[in-house]
Amino acid sequence: MTQASRVEEREYLRTPTESTDGARQLAGRRHVLDLDDFTREEIGAVMENTRAMKEVLQRDIKKVPALRGKTIITLFYEPSTRTRVSFEQAGKILSADVISVTGGGSSVEKGESLYNTARTIQAMDADLIVIRHPQSGAPHFLAGRLDISIINAGDGTHAHPTQALVDIFTMESHLGPIEGLKVVIVGDLLYSRVARSNLWGLTKMGAQVVLCGPPTLIPSDFQNGHRKEVGHPFTNVRIETNVERALDGADVVMALRLQLERQRAGHLPSLREYSRMYGINSKRLQLAKPNVLVMHPGPMNEGVEIDSEVAHGARSVIEEQVTNGVAVRMALLYSLTAPTLHATPDTVESQQLSKPGPKPRPDITSRRVYLK
Amino acid sequence: MAATTGPRRILNEDEIRRALTRIAHEVLERNGGAEGIALVGMHTRGVPLARRLAASIKEFEGQEVPVGALDIVLYRDDVSQGSRHVMRPTDISFDIEGLRVILVDDVLFTGRTIRAAMDALNDFGRPGEIQLAVLIDRGHRELPIRPDYVGKNVPTSPDQEVDVRVTEIDGLDEVMLVARGSR
Repeated sequence: MTQASRVEEREYLRTPTESTDGARQLAGRRHVLDLDDFTREEIGAVMENTRAMKEVLQRDIKKVPALRGKTIITLFYEPSTRTRVSFEQAGKILSADVISVTGGGSSVEKGESLYNTARTIQAMDADLIVIRHPQSGAPHFLAGRLDISIINAGDGTHAHPTQALVDIFTMESHLGPIEGLKVVIVGDLLYSRVARSNLWGLTKMGAQVVLCGPPTLIPSDFQNGHRKEVGHPFTNVRIETNVERALDGADVVMALRLQLERQRAGHLPSLREYSRMYGINSKRLQLAKPNVLVMHPGPMNEGVEIDSEVAHGARSVIEEQVTNGVAVRMALLYSLTAPTLHATPDTVESQQLSKPGPKPRPDITSRRVYLK
Repeated sequence: MAATTGPRRILNEDEIRRALTRIAHEVLERNGGAEGIALVGMHTRGVPLARRLAASIKEFEGQEVPVGALDIVLYRDDVSQGSRHVMRPTDISFDIEGLRVILVDDVLFTGRTIRAAMDALNDFGRPGEIQLAVLIDRGHRELPIRPDYVGKNVPTSPDQEVDVRVTEIDGLDEVMLVARGSR
């Protein structure tokens, strides 16, 4: 923890105040669907705002008025504890009204389509939808059809950008700049949206990413020599099927949840064998650097992909990931929905410099008058 | 009327130093010493100014006063696209309950920042009193807010900007008056 505060202090002394490129990009952003369209500078701006949000979490009174009058809907078609609760908590700390819609207990049960459910929410004048959906691409589908901001809280096997930002923030606060860190991601790479979003984020920040898992759980296009042409973001990514070799000198080890269905699907002979060959235990951890960070996006299958001893050991930052999750989501909610009341010449200038801002919302006041 | 004049220096390094020294003396005079006071600098340039005031107070009275840093972005009512995405951690590591808190900022303009700062401060406790110290008061208040300590009063027009530079952040000490957008 002393290491973390040292890093934070250094960052704090170094930080310039004028809008950086990253801050400007963040200002023009409307959706968070994956990290592939983030630049390194924009991720840096999210990290900076997260540090400020983390301070709010340490106060006695965890409440700031920033998003008063804003409505955030969490629309979860898949079970979730930490992601949904952390989005709700983040919104509430920022004084937004947060309404949770889950698959059960809503019209989703009556067979309402995703599109119609989302249209309904938009018609109720919400400002932002946080969506989790079992189908890859569902958030992109909505982002292309609605006028409100969308945050992807996990879609199928595709992306989980907010978790990747949490992971990057957690690494940075312990180890300093991500550039050059050896990050080993172990487990079910075939189905992991966390791994995919981390791959985008970490390679953009300059990490050396090693993907490790049984060959049956590594995407085939990665196994057959993934994109290696010069300049491709994944040039520094290595595939390794031997966990001991992968862990050698690692700065960060991220174990992925092994979904128990995988065994049934024929990807694995048995969970016990997986655990023996790829489980992160204290013996294997000794191959990594002494100050290695152990991470897991949760929920864990202790004794399968990670030993309890390691999961709750001295090098584990798994609980801290959860705490940081609230701060990262506060930073994102704030960036996407903060009010813009007074247009100053400054504003116009920065808008011209940044990407196109949010499309103007349809003028519903006139419609309301008409309906009356 | 020359509508567009070039940047003009309002204060140089020595003048800033003298202004802060005077403010430090005024703070001590008004509060009868350094007992029970705390300085809270407002991000970004209020923070080094608060630290300098604290250093002067220590020099004059031999007493340390607590110094904090406050970011008010989350409390603003006029968040603009340009400013809303740069946040700095607030750092108030002492109990402000009952203290005389002196807010320190570089420029006092509409007063909206100070209103937000008072809201923010109240989330940390109930100070006994809040006072306000600014290096530059440029007028054009939109709220009933007045400073207790002023480095220099500068008449400005709304389309001008007051650019405060401090060594800790910008590498030099000076205050410039510039036409808006010419930075």
